[in-house]
Amino acid sequence: MTVPLTLLGLLEREPSHGYDLKRDYDTYFGRGRPVRYSQVYATLGRLTRDGKAVPGPVEQGAGPERRRYVITDAGVADVEEWLSEPAQPEPDLQSELFVKVVLSLMLDRPADRYLDIQRAAHLQRMRELTDLSSRGDPLDVLLADHALFRLEADLRWIDYTAARLDLLAKTVRR
Amino acid sequence: MKILEAKGLVKSFGQTPALRGASMGVSRGEIVAVMGPSGSGKSTLLHCLAGILVPDDGEVWFDGQRLDTRGDDRRSELRRDRFGFVFQTGQLVPELTAEENVALPLLLGGTRRVPAVAEARRWFGRLNLDGLEQRRSGELSGGQAQRVALARGLVTGPEVLFADEPTGSLDSVSAVMVMKLLTAAVRELGTTVVLVTHDARIAAYADREVVVRDGAVSTLTGVQA
Repeated sequence: MTVPLTLLGLLEREPSHGYDLKRDYDTYFGRGRPVRYSQVYATLGRLTRDGKAVPGPVEQGAGPERRRYVITDAGVADVEEWLSEPAQPEPDLQSELFVKVVLSLMLDRPADRYLDIQRAAHLQRMRELTDLSSRGDPLDVLLADHALFRLEADLRWIDYTAARLDLLAKTVRR
Repeated sequence: MKILEAKGLVKSFGQTPALRGASMGVSRGEIVAVMGPSGSGKSTLLHCLAGILVPDDGEVWFDGQRLDTRGDDRRSELRRDRFGFVFQTGQLVPELTAEENVALPLLLGGTRRVPAVAEARRWFGRLNLDGLEQRRSGELSGGQAQRVALARGLVTGPEVLFADEPTGSLDSVSAVMVMKLLTAAVRELGTTVVLVTHDARIAAYADREVVVRDGAVSTLTGVQA
């Protein structure tokens, strides 16, 4: 859902070809999940259809035909509105961790062991991100810190849950 | 080869059990985080490993020799000559300057004042403390004071650094700075570190973690190399 608005935001920065948008998206936001060319062009088609962007004239050159896209006032308004809205604060309420703990308790499987294994996996990932954060460029650090704080929140939940398994078991077992 | 090993440690304070058969090992040059909830026994485990406390039962081995059966004097000597310490707060002597605080372990070990202070000064650049040599602890920020304490813990070139919640009193930005400097310094020196923390972000600077729960090391993490 954020890819179209992110591309629109990049268009507000400057009119761009699809090629430029993919390059800038991958540089700043892709980080291991690059956007496909097909997705960029399909998105530009929809933005054009919805009046958020307009294609410029075809530019002739040695390569294939290229158009530079320009954001419209309606597109700028969309970007402005999106950037002023908070993101959903509870995106992972029904996370896999939650489901695994509840199912383990329902099925009388060792939920404490699952939590121990999950804690070890989280800490291993935090070590990798800490290493990245220590050596990476400022954008890597920013992204790694965001992931680290989220993992830390999960770990607090894991510890809190581990301390209350007996109580939770009584709630979910029939 | 483990440089440090706890085998089945049991320790009670009065009627309250703190350790109930805790076992763990640390390899030379390794940074191990000891984690666990408040009251789980993680600080007691560190104190037993460092020879500050003597366990009621079980064994502590350091560099191939039994540590817990040594007398007070021999354990004190070991702590002074081969171990370094960083705690959460209140470690600096307020009457001394920062560089005198760092030089203190060397002076206590018999190094003369001039070479001890010269050695202490080398640590100020290394830990981003340049210009603070003459300050007293009341004139340092929390992060600066912890870095001075870290310098004092490392100035003798210890084989093992014991750190008990070394960033516990700091904000997260200062804590990260202290941990970056700590890990860079100990990697360079090859120092082994036992790091007690309840904070996962701090534990992530270690090579691995062990989790203490109800006075014992969780078997899942305790079995790792």
